[in-house]
Amino acid sequence: MFRLDRQDAGLLVFVAVITLFAPILLNPFAEGSAMAQFNAGYPDLMQRFVIFAIFAIGFNILFGLTGYLSFGHAAFLGIGSYSAVWMFKLLSMNVIPAVLFSVIVAGVFSLVIGYVCLRRSGIYFSILTLAFAQMSFSLAYSVLTPITNGETGLQLSLSDPRVLDGKTTTGALPETNLFGVAMNDTLSVEALGRVWQFSAGYYFCAVLMLIAFYISIRIFRSPFGMMLRAVKSNQQRMRFTGLNTRPYALAAFVISGMYAGLAGGLMAAMDPLAGADRMQWTASGEVVLMTILGGAGTLLGPILGSGFIKYFENIFSKINDTILHQWFAFLPDGLENFVVAVIYPFVGKGWLLTLGMLFMLVVIFLPGGLIEGAQRLRKLFARTPTGAADRRAPASKPAE
Amino acid sequence: MGILEVKDVSKRFGGLRALSDVNLSIAEGALHAIIGPNGAGKSTLLNVLVGKLLPDTGSVTFAGQSVLGRQPHQINQMGIARVFQTPEIFGALTVLENVLIPCFAKRDGAYRLHALEAVRDETAINAQAEAMLVDVNMQDKRHMLAGSLSRGDKRRLEMAMCLVQEPRLLLLDEPTAGMARADTNNTIDLLKQIKATRPVTMVIIEHDMHVVFSLAERITVMAQGTPLVEDIPARIKGNPKVQEAYLGTAHA
Ligand SMILES: Nc1ncnc2c1ncn2[C@@H]1O[C@H](COP(=O)(O)OP(=O)(O)O)[C@@H](O)[C@H]1O
Ligand SMILES: [Mg+2]
Repeated sequence: MFRLDRQDAGLLVFVAVITLFAPILLNPFAEGSAMAQFNAGYPDLMQRFVIFAIFAIGFNILFGLTGYLSFGHAAFLGIGSYSAVWMFKLLSMNVIPAVLFSVIVAGVFSLVIGYVCLRRSGIYFSILTLAFAQMSFSLAYSVLTPITNGETGLQLSLSDPRVLDGKTTTGALPETNLFGVAMNDTLSVEALGRVWQFSAGYYFCAVLMLIAFYISIRIFRSPFGMMLRAVKSNQQRMRFTGLNTRPYALAAFVISGMYAGLAGGLMAAMDPLAGADRMQWTASGEVVLMTILGGAGTLLGPILGSGFIKYFENIFSKINDTILHQWFAFLPDGLENFVVAVIYPFVGKGWLLTLGMLFMLVVIFLPGGLIEGAQRLRKLFARTPTGAADRRAPASKPAE
Repeated sequence: MGILEVKDVSKRFGGLRALSDVNLSIAEGALHAIIGPNGAGKSTLLNVLVGKLLPDTGSVTFAGQSVLGRQPHQINQMGIARVFQTPEIFGALTVLENVLIPCFAKRDGAYRLHALEAVRDETAINAQAEAMLVDVNMQDKRHMLAGSLSRGDKRRLEMAMCLVQEPRLLLLDEPTAGMARADTNNTIDLLKQIKATRPVTMVIIEHDMHVVFSLAERITVMAQGTPLVEDIPARIKGNPKVQEAYLGTAHA
């Protein structure tokens, strides 16, 4: 299918099914029930899941394949957002030109930044990318305020030209849309005694995420992808095999920059606003965490990692002491208070503590990330039957 | 005029003269061995040839073109391949992929972006790589990670990676160092077979006299950064200068 082999096609279908049914799958708990707040299936969060998945999938093409660890990719995310908002201001509220423009602008910037940073490798490369990103961040707040609108952030206004759309007559700010379908439109369907919400914006992002994922599979399986892995494995051997490593690394850098630009553009398409905080080093660090947590260099890892971190950030962080007391209400009072006191630092506002520990455990015990964990589990279960067969084999011999 | 001409090449590392006024001419199609005690500058000479080091003085021409000042990948594309003293392979890639990469490099040159093609669809290149693995008798290991191979197998793989590019000049830096006797003999056979079936010029640096004398057509003896003698193997054995500089210590 789509020139993928069976295993990869299966993976793509699996991810497609999960993303398309996410509004249902992520809402397992009935509305009004005590657990309902752990439903992650509301449009805003689901959009963030897929947008950050795009960001991480792209980052993985650079870091996972070539091993070049960039600490500045949030710069391209921010550039993508600014570009998209400018498109909304100048051209049209249609998301297509905005998203295209953000990918192109991020691509151009990553070409320039990548060209400079890739003169060094290892830690020096990482520091250079970090420096570039911090520079962009400060510039957005200072010299570039005419373009970025500084601390307020770039926003839509009624006086924007929007040459393709014409003047609005309603007096309200127009909405981002895809040929008339507003991104914040939701389709509500009543079924099984519940109301399911299907957000147009989410599906727009989800389709782009699936395309981005598909392209990343193709890159992984291509001769180019193999060269990128060779760059990570042994640059010396590459050079003495007649291959120039620099253009390969630069191409990977630009591709991942374009993915970041796409993610930034989509953020603006969901909420037409761009601020410099999107370029901060913490945002660059976040995508590193996502990729490593999920499994750098694996296909599914970045999607898993970004989903995991966004879930923690938005849902796990909601567990407060009232909820904990509800959960452990069945215990005797003294014990209840004790258990809650022990757990409390790790949930709610302490979600970063749990995430940090999880990250350390993964890096130490599962260098291949959560994906490696899943593979080990699968092997464990796959081995049990063969192990049983092995044990049976010698027993059956004497019986013959 | 040989295919490789080294003229008055010198290289200093601080106060150490690693190479001093090296002159060497390798005839096209020859199997030329360079021997000499440790630290004689043999590997340094190869580093100069493949563009890893720039000599302080002198010139190096390959097939009439100067090699100096070119990038390693450009020199490789002129037709020079090198097997390193410590195997340089893609440890994180499979054996087959290790051989596929030089195949692509040979076909596409230094860079081509085929990001949306599939490696498995490149049937001609796959066939070429598989055939090469059969030649070095590694076809059973093609899906193993190269990093998990034994030292001997890594060497064979590296040789396969160089050979599949069909270089005009193959440089081998101690290809049997650290190998067991059986592996060494396999390597000798492999090199003989290569010599017999391909029009390749080979320069082999070797410590093992058994290997040198079963393969070499000409031998250069190096000591302290300078070639002492160059001759056919039969006359090298009896040369008193060589005895003194090298064989005397090695056979003591
Ligand atoms: N990059 C380097 N920097 C400093 N000294 C070096 C370097 N490479 C080789 N040498 C020195 O040059 C001399 C020749 O080394 P080498 O060419 O490796 O000898 P061999 O003949 O054993 O291959 C040795 O004394 C070695 O220590
Ligand atoms: Mg040496």
